[in-house]
Amino acid sequence: MTAFIQFVIDVLSLGGAYALMALGLVIVYGILKLVNFAYGELIMVAGYTMYLVSGSGLPWLVMAMVAVMMSILAGIATDYIAFRPVRAKSVTAVLITSFAFSTLLQNAALLFISPRPRNVPLPEVFSNTVEFAGVITPARNLITIATAVVMLTLFAWLMQRTVLGIAMRAAATNFTMARMLGVPANLIISSAFAISGLMAGVVSMLWIGRIGAVVPGIGLEPLLIAFIATVIGGMRSLQGAVLGGFLLAFIDTGLNYTLPQDLLKFRDAFTFSLVILILLWRPQGLLKGPATGQRT
Amino acid sequence: MLEVSGLQVRYGAIRAVRDVSLRLAEGELVTLLGTNGAGKSSTLMCIAGALRAASGSIRLDGEDVTAATPEAMVRRGVATVPETRDVFPDLTVAENLRLGAYVRRKDIDGVAADRARMFEMFPVLAERTNQPAGTLSGGEQQMLVIARAMMSRPRLLLLDEPSLGLAPTIVDRIFEMIVALKESGLTILLVEQNASKALAIADRAYVMRLGKIAAEGSASEIAAATDLKALYLSG
Repeated sequence: MTAFIQFVIDVLSLGGAYALMALGLVIVYGILKLVNFAYGELIMVAGYTMYLVSGSGLPWLVMAMVAVMMSILAGIATDYIAFRPVRAKSVTAVLITSFAFSTLLQNAALLFISPRPRNVPLPEVFSNTVEFAGVITPARNLITIATAVVMLTLFAWLMQRTVLGIAMRAAATNFTMARMLGVPANLIISSAFAISGLMAGVVSMLWIGRIGAVVPGIGLEPLLIAFIATVIGGMRSLQGAVLGGFLLAFIDTGLNYTLPQDLLKFRDAFTFSLVILILLWRPQGLLKGPATGQRT
Repeated sequence: MLEVSGLQVRYGAIRAVRDVSLRLAEGELVTLLGTNGAGKSSTLMCIAGALRAASGSIRLDGEDVTAATPEAMVRRGVATVPETRDVFPDLTVAENLRLGAYVRRKDIDGVAADRARMFEMFPVLAERTNQPAGTLSGGEQQMLVIARAMMSRPRLLLLDEPSLGLAPTIVDRIFEMIVALKESGLTILLVEQNASKALAIADRAYVMRLGKIAAEGSASEIAAATDLKALYLSG
């Protein structure tokens, strides 16, 4: 029983982080039908902000808020720098500019900070362990679960109840029609990037909490995870992204628990094989999402 | 109110609209007729700001709006109902209507009053408020897009083929509603293939052929013109 509870906590905490990563990616994809390959660097920006403000002596929560704010700004900057100038012209151009922006940010970190890991401040509670239902688990895991619940609730509220959220869902199915109702295109796209930055920033705090340090390439793994989670869940569906995140975490954790020690280093190969099987079974992803028209 | 002159719309090398000039006075119901591919919808979408004009000009109340974005046109009081009957299928009827009122979302009381008015006009929508719009029938979806367009309190309504693919009885009801909207003082530009029905309710009409205006006149003149069939069939 305790092993089971342990397993559930592990899946939920990893899955919560994965789901937030995936949502940040899919919110932009849903509206623009374009993958933002600079998404991982938003996580990096938040990480380095933590490193840079670490000497300020501010409480951790304040520093974390500054870091999240920076990744929101970096998200909006992605729109202005990499997407807006070429958005209407061609998909290929945006693909290249988003890669370019990603490389630019990574190299800026390499050049101006360091290629080596930099320590970031962590709140004391992150390294504590707590006993929960007879299981001893890092407090970090429970914090991750709680954060994911709060963020997902907030996100659901935003998308279901506010005019902005409804407009974003509408724009994801038919952007031109949304504009013909007076919804301004640029506002919607910038909001999507801001939400993407918010998700990346929050994920960054949790993700870095696992590692305790930030490196220029830190965003690569979250980007990959987010991408796989959205592909499994269905690229066009927000619920799909969340489902995909938790499913991927379930697979990863399940393999961690069951694979023999010798095979553990090949875990990703097993994970990806399962992902391929899922995609053979449902090529469009688990949740189909709205029927959608053209790219904008 | 609306004055279009020398309008051209291109899709790459193809000129869908070659030379269109038309005008609408306040309170008029004008219909734009023509066969499939004559360029009616392109003209309408260009006025709505969803398509760029290659040349020519569009003036609204004397102001040049040729390069205006779709969202700017809505703010100026022009609402569009495209022929593709674009409800947002995953959004509920209520959410669709709420988006229709996007440009005046701060006017909470006014929006609520308009919503009630639309439910009165289209009672079937009131029964389906919380249903996803994608589950409505074709006729109901057409009513929803018209109601949604009206939520912005437009002065000019651009209606593209509201009868397309609907059963005759539903078409009759949609046309009754268009008449009711006109009587409330709304200026309407109605694109239709169903010429006899459109001419029965319109004040004036333009007939398009191969991207150009081939004939214009009062609805009765156009209806009486013996070459109407010829215009259509030779298109």
